[in-house]
This record gives sequence, structure tokens and C-alpha cells, in this order.
Amino acid sequence: MQQHRMNIVIAGHVDHGKSTLIGRLLVDTNSLPEGKLEQVKRLCEKNSKPFEYAFLLDSLQDEQSHGITIDTTRIFFKSKLREYIIIDAPGHIEFLKNMVSGAARAEAAILLIDAHEGVAENSKRHAYMMSFLGIKQIAVAINKMDLVGYSEEKYLQIKNEYEKFLEKIGIEPVAFVPTAAREGVNLNSLSEKIKWYKGKTLLEIINSFSKKDVILESPFRMYAQGVYKFAGHNNKRRTIAGTINSGSISVGDEIIFYPSGKKSKVLSIEEFYKPPKNIAVVGEAIGLTLTEELYIPQTELICKINEPQPKLTNRFKASIFWMGKKPLSLNKKYKLKIGTQNVSAVIEKIENVLNTSELQYFDNKITVEKHEVALCIVKTDSKTAFDLVHEMEATSRFVLVDNYDISGGGIINENMAEATVIVQQKYSDFEIALNNFIRENFPHWEAKPLGQEG
Amino acid sequence: MDNLQKLEAQSVYIFREAYREFKNLAMLWSIGKDSTVLLWLARKAFFGNVPFPLVHIDTSYKIPEMIEYRNQLVKDWNLNLIVGQNKKAIIGKQTFPDGNVDRLTCCKLLKSTALNKSLSGEWSRLKFDHHTDQFIEDPNNESYTGVIVGVRADEEGSRSKERYFSPRDKNYDWDVGDQPPELWNQFKTDFEPNSHIRIHPLLDWTELNIWEYIERENIPTIPLYFDNGRGKRYRSLGCYPCTSPVDSESKNVGEIIEELKSGKFANIAERSGRAQDTDGGGTLEILRREGYM
Ligand SMILES: Nc1nc2c(ncn2[C@@H]2O[C@H](COP(=O)(O)OP(=O)(O)O)[C@@H](O)[C@H]2O)c(=O)[nH]1
Repeated sequence: MQQHRMNIVIAGHVDHGKSTLIGRLLVDTNSLPEGKLEQVKRLCEKNSKPFEYAFLLDSLQDEQSHGITIDTTRIFFKSKLREYIIIDAPGHIEFLKNMVSGAARAEAAILLIDAHEGVAENSKRHAYMMSFLGIKQIAVAINKMDLVGYSEEKYLQIKNEYEKFLEKIGIEPVAFVPTAAREGVNLNSLSEKIKWYKGKTLLEIINSFSKKDVILESPFRMYAQGVYKFAGHNNKRRTIAGTINSGSISVGDEIIFYPSGKKSKVLSIEEFYKPPKNIAVVGEAIGLTLTEELYIPQTELICKINEPQPKLTNRFKASIFWMGKKPLSLNKKYKLKIGTQNVSAVIEKIENVLNTSELQYFDNKITVEKHEVALCIVKTDSKTAFDLVHEMEATSRFVLVDNYDISGGGIINENMAEATVIVQQKYSDFEIALNNFIRENFPHWEAKPLGQEG
Repeated sequence: MDNLQKLEAQSVYIFREAYREFKNLAMLWSIGKDSTVLLWLARKAFFGNVPFPLVHIDTSYKIPEMIEYRNQLVKDWNLNLIVGQNKKAIIGKQTFPDGNVDRLTCCKLLKSTALNKSLSGEWSRLKFDHHTDQFIEDPNNESYTGVIVGVRADEEGSRSKERYFSPRDKNYDWDVGDQPPELWNQFKTDFEPNSHIRIHPLLDWTELNIWEYIERENIPTIPLYFDNGRGKRYRSLGCYPCTSPVDSESKNVGEIIEELKSGKFANIAERSGRAQDTDGGGTLEILRREGYM
């Protein structure tokens, strides 16, 4: 039997006790390699410093010298129910982009707050980022309860304050739990020290996070990753490779490609070393062959003809989280990557900029600084296919590349141009075929794909 | 989809992104179980084909069965094999088995340096010629800009921080503190001239997952991983002077899985049989910065 696995991110302000909590969970659930705990304890003794559970995670030299978590670490751990990858996200503001990388992979989150210090700016910022990234299941641990004498009053005060904030950003936590990570209180078992708390332990809360339901009823979407025709491939047809972003696809389905507007029908679903199948669903990495050999670009968005269609425009409104070295500026060219498609884009207008911890909006800005979120109008050089975030998450998210670096993440809220109905192809099949032929066989001519020339 | 199916699909996704985005793509093949699973996943991604070269760094101290197995798969699966080596160090006996340098220096010379110079094309590479079954000098000496590597996050501390697409600068340095963001399956595929990207499709796999997948897919493995009849087997393969077998009576994949799940290896680190890891703290980390994997 294959155990299920779940990705969980733990976030919190620096020093609020994340690493300790994870270290302690590892020890209490017997998830550490044999001898590791003793080894770390010995090392502490040798260097005459007090043992910290956090040292268990600080396996990197860099980190041991600075004593703070700088990048997300993946930690594998097991409960009786299933396997987890715990993503330890750094709490320092400087490392917010690392936190985002960790959190974007997670299915659930634990937000940690130091009971003694109370709700910090980062506690709010992190929560906002979780909701931005689309994480729905969130639990809050109010930690270091020992420092406030396990006071219920203090706990309720922080809980209420944080709950109010979370409500404003649309997060309804699945649970709050008072903990003392270093003392092991309420992690694996409820503690005598905190009799007034009758809820679940942190581990029980983690075990009760539910796996995301696979929704097969959503419209089919798949960004093609490439169109392959290898010598020696038994199937002489071109195979369109991709991983299904949503919905399902069956042999015989009529499909349409965006932005080209080409149409065809699924002849077969291809996989290597697997029994043939007639239907494939969201998450599966497959290949498609078509009933007619079409010349299509490498990275189209594939949809079914008889289902709701995506938007196809060159102008939309999006919330953008910025993490670039230089601020996001108006009218500067960025590379926009959505699914497998790349287009050139500019920010036409910055409607407002949000301070994510105070939830204050600022108008009339011409740049967006690192760690700010802005509502922007984005204009792309050529038409792009996407969905809106409230309709379909998987195909509504993009990143912006500045210079060589991914510098911003965006979610599309609104289509700002009339949807285009594709009536006619711009180029004849012959022209397209010729262009493809040249690009495949004479790459050194550096011919551009049609529509992108000059 | 179960856990293995999800891991497989994500790895395939990464392979296909890498293949589209990088002109000069290569994959490191150390012949061990991880890189062989990696190879199998490449065939999954490209429907039985492996459309890029596999680079093997031959230290000349690999266990002979490893080389035999490598050459067999190259023929069976029609693979494009490229071999790199630090000839100077081997001929000049600058190695640990020759008694002239310590383990760490030996690893650096025979692995890191050989790897970096072979990837960059500065040193000549050998290529397996399928017509003659011989190695010939590789006429191509371009440097690879995308290098697929089979590291796993559970292997060892520093690897748990890797990205799927991880940049290395021209000195092959990895800046752990300043890594590119990775979100919503968008990876760093743009890079400055002279830098390159390491691609890690196996990052989310554990040792146990690797064996479970080998079992499910029936992937051919080297017999060195199984009990040789004397109660010893290799858990991780490397150079014979520095890798020792562990005590274990697992005779097949199924028994290895049992041993990892509930048996005596359930809580013992995999690389415990590798001598260079225990030569002072953070050794692997140092090797890593130097470019070894
Ligand atoms: N009193 C008390 N101290 C704690 C508790 N949990 C963590 N700490 C301490 O808080 C400090 C910071 O913890 P650490 O886990 O490194 O924080 P991180 O930066 O969030 O990972 C360490 O000195 C811990 O020992 C707790 O429950 N009670």
C-alpha cells in the first residue's frame, strides 16, 4: 500500500519557534535518523552551548553560523496516518521569496505566533501570502505558552486579534492551538499544564488536514510542453506532451488549441510503459496524438470544444506580488510566463499598492517595491490564453521575469479586453508548415515562429 | 493518483520543461539506483526515447559491475553516452587509493573537477559509438547549459534546500542564501551567459520511493544492491576504495523495501556506507559547492 503524502508549510516570524516545533515533532514521532539526536546533543556539549531542537534542522554550515533559517528546507516526517513533507519557511522579511517558493508547493499551512510577543508584522504578511498563493487550509499555533504562564486570557486575546485579521483576507483557520514547542506541550499529546484547552493536539490537527479533492468536473485544460516526433518512436505521429492542469480528456474528444485556434480530435492518449487508456485526468503527464496532423506551436493551451473556453486577450487585470531586486515599473518590458507560454508584457497601470501587513492601499504609485502586492493592468505583446482566478486557479497564474530572474507572481482577476473570437487564421497551412520545417531543420537560420517575426 | 504516480508525473513535467527550455541539455548518470530511476523517468517523459546525452564521470575506481551494467543499458536502450575523466590526476596518481591525497581531495579531483571540465567542454569527452561499440572522441565540445541531476532532498541536509531548477555561476558555485523563487511550476530557465542550471527531477523522492518505483516499474538494477550470499550488499554505489557494503540479507527489491520500511535501516542514513561523508563535518556540502553533484 502506498502511503499518502502531504506538503505542509510552517511559517512564522523569526524566533517564534518554527524550527523548534519541527525538531520536536521529528523527535516525538520518531522520524529522525538513528543517532541524530545524540549526535547533535554531543556537538552542543562539545561546543558548550545549550541544546536546541532547532539545531536538528540547521544542518547547513551557513545556517549554523547565523542561527536563522534562510531558505526553505524540506523535511520528511511520518505520522501513523500518512507521510509529510514539512516545508520550513524562513521568517525573515529578506527571505520572503524563499518562503513563497516553499509555500507555493504546500497543501496546508501552520502559522506560528509567539504568545509572549504577540501578532507580528510578519505573522500578517505570511498569512496574506498564503491566501495569495491559494492555500486554503490553515491552522494557527500560538507558541511559547510557557512564557505567559499558560494563560488562557493571553491566548484568547491573540487568537481574537489574529482571527479578525485573517477574516479580512478571507482565511478561516481550521483550528487554533496553544503550544510550547520546546516543552513538547500539545504537539503530540495534550498537557496537564494547560488543562483549559480541550481541543486537538497539533499532530491531530495536521492529520485532519484533508487532501485536495480532485475535481473532474472542471473544464479540461492542458498547457502543451512540446510536440515530439522522435526517430525510433513506434508511433509515427506527432505527440503533444503535457500534464493535465484541470479536468479530463478522452479519446475522441474534440479539442481546440490557444492562441492558434486550431482544432482537432484526440486519436490516442500516449504513455510509456503503461497499459493503453481511453481517459486521462488532472495531474497526469500524458501525450496526445490527433486524428489530423496539425502543425501547432510547442506550447499551446489545449481545451475541449464543448466546454467553457478560456479568455484570449492581450490585456488583463492582475494582483502581482513583487520580489524582484529592482522595483516593478510602468512601461518596462518583462517576460511573462503563464503555463508553458512566454510573452512579452508591460505594466500599463498600477491601480493600487497594498501593504500586506497593515492592509493599507496606496494609490498613484508608479513602482511596486519588493514584497508589495499591487493591482495592475497588464498588457502583453501577443494574445494569451488564461482563465480568471475565481473560475480556475490552475490557468490563472503567471510569473514575471526581470532580466534573468523570476521577480513576481501574479493572479489574473479580470479580463480587460473584448474576448476575441477566432474567425480566421492569419497564415495558410503551407506557410506554417514551411516555417516549422525551417525552424526544425535549420535552427541556425534562427527563423522566428510566425506571428513573432520582428 | 497515488504518491508514486504523482512523483512520476511531477518528474516528467520537469524533464519536459528542461527539454524545451535548454538547447545544450545533458543528464548526469552515476549508474546508481537514483540516476537509473532518473533515466527511466526520462524515457517516460519522451515516450521511450532519451533525447539528450548522458554524462558519466569515470573515476576509474568504479566497481567493475557498474561499468558493465552501464554499457549494457546504453546498448539496450540506445542511449547517447558521454564519458568524462580526470586523466591527468589518474595518470599522475593524484588519488586516495594511490596514497597521495586524502579522500576529500580525491573526490574533488576525480569527480568535481572532472565533472566541471567535462560539462564545460574544456576537457575532451568520449562518446559511445553504437556502430562499432567503441568509445570515440566526442566531436562536440560545447558546454552544457542545463544539467539534469538525480539528487533527492532526503539524502542529506544541504540537498533539502535545493530548487528543481538551480543556478550555478561560472565558478560552479551554488548560492544557497539567494536562490530563485519557484512557484506554480514556473522555474528558473533564464540565465546569464557562462552560468548554467542544474535540474533536479527527483527532489521530492525518498530512498524508499525509489525502491518502490523500481519494483513497480520493474527497472533493471545492478545485483550489487542485493545480498551477495555472504550477508552483504551495497546500499549506495560509489568508488570501491571508499564505499563499503552494509550487512543485510535483502536478496531482491521487495526485501529491500521491507528493510527500509520496518527493518533495521528504517532510521539509518543511506550514505552511512560512504567514507568521505564522515571525514569531518559538512564534507558533502563542501563537495557540493565545488560542483560534485
Ligand atoms: N520558552 C520557550 N521557548 C521556545 C519555545 N519554542 C521555541 N523556543 C525558543 O525560541 C528560540 C527560537 O526558536 P526557533 O525554533 O529557532 O525559531 P524560528 O526562527 O521560528 O525557527 C529558541 O531559543 C527556542 O529554544 C517554547 O515553546 N517556549
